Amino acid sequence: MFTKILLASDGSDHSNRAIDEALKMVDPYKDQVHIEVVYAVDGDQSKKDVLQYGDSDTASLKRKEKFQSTIEYIEDKGLGAEITILHGQPAETLIEYANEGDYDCVLVGSRGRNKFQTLILGSVSHKLVKYVNHPVIVVK
Amino acid sequence: MLTSSMKQQWFGNIRGDVLSGIVVALALIPEAIAFSIIAGVDPMVGLYASFCIAVTIAFVGGRPGMISAATGAMALLMVTLVAEHGLEYLLATTILTGILQFILGVFKLARFMKFIPKSVMVGFVNALAIMIFTSQLQHFENEGWIVYVLVAATLGIIYLFPYINKTIPSTLVAIIVMSIVVVSMGIDVRNVGSMGELTQTLPIFALPDIPLNFETLAIIFPYAAALTIVGLLESLLTASIVDDFTDTESDKNQESRGQGIANVVSGFFGGMAGCAMIGQSVINVKSGGRGRLSALVAGVTLMFLIIALGNIVVQIPMAALAGVMIMVSISTFDWGSIRNLHKVPATDASVMIVTVLTVVITHNLAYGVLAGVVLSMIFFAVKISKVRVLSLYMNEGQKRIYYVQGQLFFASVTEFQEAIEFNESDLVKEVVIDLSESHLWDDSAIGALDSVEAKFEQKGIDVTFIGLNGESQRLLNKLGGVSKSSGH
Repeated sequence: MFTKILLASDGSDHSNRAIDEALKMVDPYKDQVHIEVVYAVDGDQSKKDVLQYGDSDTASLKRKEKFQSTIEYIEDKGLGAEITILHGQPAETLIEYANEGDYDCVLVGSRGRNKFQTLILGSVSHKLVKYVNHPVIVVK
Repeated sequence: MLTSSMKQQWFGNIRGDVLSGIVVALALIPEAIAFSIIAGVDPMVGLYASFCIAVTIAFVGGRPGMISAATGAMALLMVTLVAEHGLEYLLATTILTGILQFILGVFKLARFMKFIPKSVMVGFVNALAIMIFTSQLQHFENEGWIVYVLVAATLGIIYLFPYINKTIPSTLVAIIVMSIVVVSMGIDVRNVGSMGELTQTLPIFALPDIPLNFETLAIIFPYAAALTIVGLLESLLTASIVDDFTDTESDKNQESRGQGIANVVSGFFGGMAGCAMIGQSVINVKSGGRGRLSALVAGVTLMFLIIALGNIVVQIPMAALAGVMIMVSISTFDWGSIRNLHKVPATDASVMIVTVLTVVITHNLAYGVLAGVVLSMIFFAVKISKVRVLSLYMNEGQKRIYYVQGQLFFASVTEFQEAIEFNESDLVKEVVIDLSESHLWDDSAIGALDSVEAKFEQKGIDVTFIGLNGESQRLLNKLGGVSKSSGH
């Protein structure tokens, strides 16, 4: 039974679709489930956010706010939820974080790139599947 | 005196710092040369500056993991100084800039940087990008179509190479490939060698050769003041970005002092003024750099490469450097600010645009910042000077109460006084002005209350002010004025 779930999110629609799939999956026993939504801030995002919000503290606050509705959405369905914000290259940071905690499963939305794009760009979901030591579910 | 946190800042991440330092050094070389050429000095001036600043900042900076060197923002401010007075005056200006920045750091004035509004910051960054781009246009002149092909090829490599390998800086690959192409095919275009000499020696200590008098100071001070502001602005902005990426805090005042010391050192060793670099710092932390060691390794590697490979560096075609600078300009520009232009308040958008336009017209980033700050202040004063006054009659028309909402200060007192009806009917014997949702800020506010009271008293109407908050009450007591309104 998956009760402790890590959901790797980039704040996009694909990630939100992953949330909906998770909700369907654990629906029978949803009151025991806790979802930790994890978001990694990379260098270019830092630059963009600091420029937009002025300083690092405000940027952190805005990111928390951005995910607040996601958290509320999950909690409204009767599950536990929290947001964790990490700093670093998304794939590497998420893998390290996931492997340090004990999760029943790691969930990630796929960006839906085509084969050629994935071939040259690589994908976060691909790396998670390969290097995370827990079951990984990729939602297409 | 190596405390444990210092030890952590230096040796907490040796492998990551050494590798990222080397990557940064490779990316710094073309930029340092290109920025020297923007400023109108020999390539060595920018390279010495990058070496001195990077190494000095490693020891005295406040933000480990941040990279400082010769930068485009600073180079753009020096153009007219160099053209009119020459290199020696630039070195003296660099030293003065360092002294000014150090003083600002000592007096902990870094926090005043927060008075520079966000929209001015965005305008600054965008203006910088535009200036870097336009400064490259000279390299297209009198060279024929081949230059366009070379620049396009450079940009192609810069943007496509990361799909093959992300560790090696693609700018360096582009420069090497383009140099080989130009030299082997014997294409006749300008190269770094034709822009100035590359001496392949370590920088040496020297005093700038200038007359030490008031006239000199009058020449260099305005430039030093502009360099001080722009240097600290970009450095503290970069520090915030590195803070955010690494999720750690940094000492902004120590960073200001550090930037100062680094510029003094740079000036004495024949380098131009510099500051922190957003692009290079992002490259550094992305490549795993976190500690002071990364900046040291970057500086030392840069100098080593120049001494070892100087005669190859002169072969780099200017077209390749122009390509790198165009990339720098594209990545510096805050594209999000254009996408969000219709979403942000019109006042913020116009502050941003005015900042950019001022820079593009005056070719001086400092004027742009100044214009942006002044315009923001005016907008702020206009927004906050809105005063609402409501009133109602009581006791069958014998008493009238005014409720004042908003800030009372020099810009808002006229609106406040206009809202009060002085030509009351004879029935009204008493006027109460409720200031509980207001705040008195200055002498003008007190003066306005005085004049309101005087005008009513001429008509034999009693005036009472109620609901003053503590600070307003103290101001009122201090400035005297309305004697009997105290109390309540």
